[in-house]
Amino acid sequence: MASKPRIKLPKKASAGEVITIKTLISHEMESGQRKDKDGNAIPRQIINKFTCAFEGATVFECDLDPAISANPFFEFTAKVNESGTFKFTWVDDDGSVYEAEQAIEVA
Amino acid sequence: GTWTRAAAQQTLTEADLLDMAPTGKLSILHITDIHAQLRPVYFREPSVNLGVGPVAGLPPHVTGADFLGLYDIEPGSPRAYAMTSPDFAALAKTYGRMGGLDRVATIVKHVRAERGDDNVLLLDGGDTWQGSYTAQQTLGGDMVEVMNALKPDAMTGHWEFTYGTERVQELIETLPFAFLGSNIYDSEWDEPAFDAWKMFERGGVNVAVIGQAFPYTPIANPRWMFPEWSFGIREEDIAAHVEEAREAGADVVVLLSHNGFDVDRKLASRVDGIDIILTGHTHDAIPEPVIVNDTLLIASGSNGKFVSRIDLDVADGKVTAYAHRLIPVFSDIITPDAEMAALIDKVREPFSAELARELGTTDSLLYRRGNFNGTYDDLFCQALIAERDAQISLSPGFRWGTSLLPGQAITVEDLHNACAMTYPAAYRSSMSGGLIKDILEDVADNLFNVDPYYQQGGDMVRVGGMGYTIDINKPIGERISDMTLLDGGEAIDPEKEYVVAGWASVNEDTEGPPIWSVVEDYLAGNPVVTIEENRSVKVKT
Amino acid sequence: GMAAFGFSALPALADADATQKAIDEFAAGATPAEGRISLTAPEIAENGNTVPISVEVESAMSGDDLCESVMILADGNPNPDVCTFRFSELSGAATATTRMRLAKTQNVIALARMKDGTVYMDRKEVKVTIGGCGG
Ligand SMILES: [Mn+2]
Ligand SMILES: [Mn+2]
Repeated sequence: MASKPRIKLPKKASAGEVITIKTLISHEMESGQRKDKDGNAIPRQIINKFTCAFEGATVFECDLDPAISANPFFEFTAKVNESGTFKFTWVDDDGSVYEAEQAIEVA
Repeated sequence: GTWTRAAAQQTLTEADLLDMAPTGKLSILHITDIHAQLRPVYFREPSVNLGVGPVAGLPPHVTGADFLGLYDIEPGSPRAYAMTSPDFAALAKTYGRMGGLDRVATIVKHVRAERGDDNVLLLDGGDTWQGSYTAQQTLGGDMVEVMNALKPDAMTGHWEFTYGTERVQELIETLPFAFLGSNIYDSEWDEPAFDAWKMFERGGVNVAVIGQAFPYTPIANPRWMFPEWSFGIREEDIAAHVEEAREAGADVVVLLSHNGFDVDRKLASRVDGIDIILTGHTHDAIPEPVIVNDTLLIASGSNGKFVSRIDLDVADGKVTAYAHRLIPVFSDIITPDAEMAALIDKVREPFSAELARELGTTDSLLYRRGNFNGTYDDLFCQALIAERDAQISLSPGFRWGTSLLPGQAITVEDLHNACAMTYPAAYRSSMSGGLIKDILEDVADNLFNVDPYYQQGGDMVRVGGMGYTIDINKPIGERISDMTLLDGGEAIDPEKEYVVAGWASVNEDTEGPPIWSVVEDYLAGNPVVTIEENRSVKVKT
Repeated sequence: GMAAFGFSALPALADADATQKAIDEFAAGATPAEGRISLTAPEIAENGNTVPISVEVESAMSGDDLCESVMILADGNPNPDVCTFRFSELSGAATATTRMRLAKTQNVIALARMKDGTVYMDRKEVKVTIGGCGG
């Protein structure tokens, strides 16, 4: 149901810098409150959790409810002290987990 | 209207209109909301332009005799004709058409010659590329060609975006000047989509120009035509850009704005450090600056009728003196610039036969501008009911659309001046009485919300076949009452369905013939237009 | 021009009690105060299906001066819950942006809970419009 997530963050930063991270993932975010043409309720299926971690330590998380738009977008910050890799995780109602990683070089 | 045209014109000369005792070294020229009017036009200013809350009775919410009194203008004088509506048809015969970009070119060249090229900034507030048959046929190309010859230094936009993302980008590529939009972001990643501001060195000082496009373009116009862009007022961004510009050494900060006057008045009260706001969108012509929080608000009218000139004396990063003049472009008095006149003829030539084709004549003054109704839209509403076989018709409260005098022929050019656009489909659909009320309430709130940041700057949607009462000072949901079918006088039932025809829907899937075909067909069967006074809207203030 | 047709995936069903209940649960006994948190949202939504909202909380994001979480609510949706952001020292700043659905004109509410248990609140009315006729 979801397509390859996209991440925007700088390739390089200086130690102690607070950088901006943006993420986008394609997902219908079916609210569970819509009906199909025949009047039957369309079951809820959303991404319910998003996590950003740096080298295993949690940076930012979000619990999502059905009021979050389709194709969830997040913009947030991270303080980087050393080079390493950010790992991003989206958890779907159906149990699927979508992941992405991106490294940053800290001078 | 007792003077003969010749006698009246003898009292005004080009020098009277253009000469001005200079102040300082820097001149800023402002034009806005030309709506693709290359040639001189008649444009009647509103007789009804109501303000709510704290701005009730303040400019631009002053019309007619009150306006003449406030600015000490003699009734029947050239300035009265240019800026107000009383006796319009008679005065139009006396003073002639206004505007024409060849006349505007004469003014611009005059000021550049007088002050020196390096001391003049020419700024275009947008709504420039749309509003005529030729602009529609060339998708704005004619206007870009002519405006490029006028050599503005920057512009911002609104109706420009209704040519769609691709066409807008293609046209902007060809501009030898900046297209600025501090408040336009890409809707996917939320990053600035246009240059926000630009520094100019003029008159020996640094002038920063911040561009502000119409904040509600994706709401008032079809978002699906430019889904890549998001707008909004974004007051905090303007404040940040003012600060950025000052840090970069700006002596003067100008906001080239398409916010609409009331929005800019509120913005000026909340964002410090803007010397001048060149306002646009609401089409107001105000003969003196309105000063708020040390910011000069300048309103330069529409349709090429006026050019504003602001002279500034600047010392130590501060404006120490200014002079302002709203120059009315009387087309019979200002000599057309020959080069520009030739270029305008050239871009119009391929369409000249169609432009001149006559569709009918009018016995009544046809105009659009005004909060609730105008005779031009009464004609459109009649045509929609007749040609689309509807009970009720709706015509959007656009502020563009030129005027026609009693006795004039209605040409293809005239008709398109009132409806040239990229989403002209005249729909016919069934709406419940409740939905019709919701629509009226919604549009009324866009006009009369007491907080200007929630206003969109159009006039009230015009209604045919139905009357109603509006109390402008009530909140949304409570302004509209007494909705009544004019045919038979039956009260509108919220549960009942009515056949409604209209045009300019912002929905992508709207179907129907273009509005100009509907009106042309109607004129074919009703070639002489007479519009009775419209008494179907009762206004409580 | 008239939009005048469905624009949101959510039916409109305001529930003031549900909103208050969510605020009380998040505040966990604290009284939400003004200040420290600012919510940015458009005055009028361009599209009720994707309304951008941002929050920013004044916090050093270290030691005891830390914003732990921000909850977003919408008091006119069928269910007021929108999302909850959780921050850490590694966040560097307590700021976040996302996009949400608004079924109709209503208040968006943002609540911040600090490490010391204090709670701050901001709100903004966002208008969801059906008709647009700008000139
Ligand atoms: Mn305009
Ligand atoms: Mn406009």
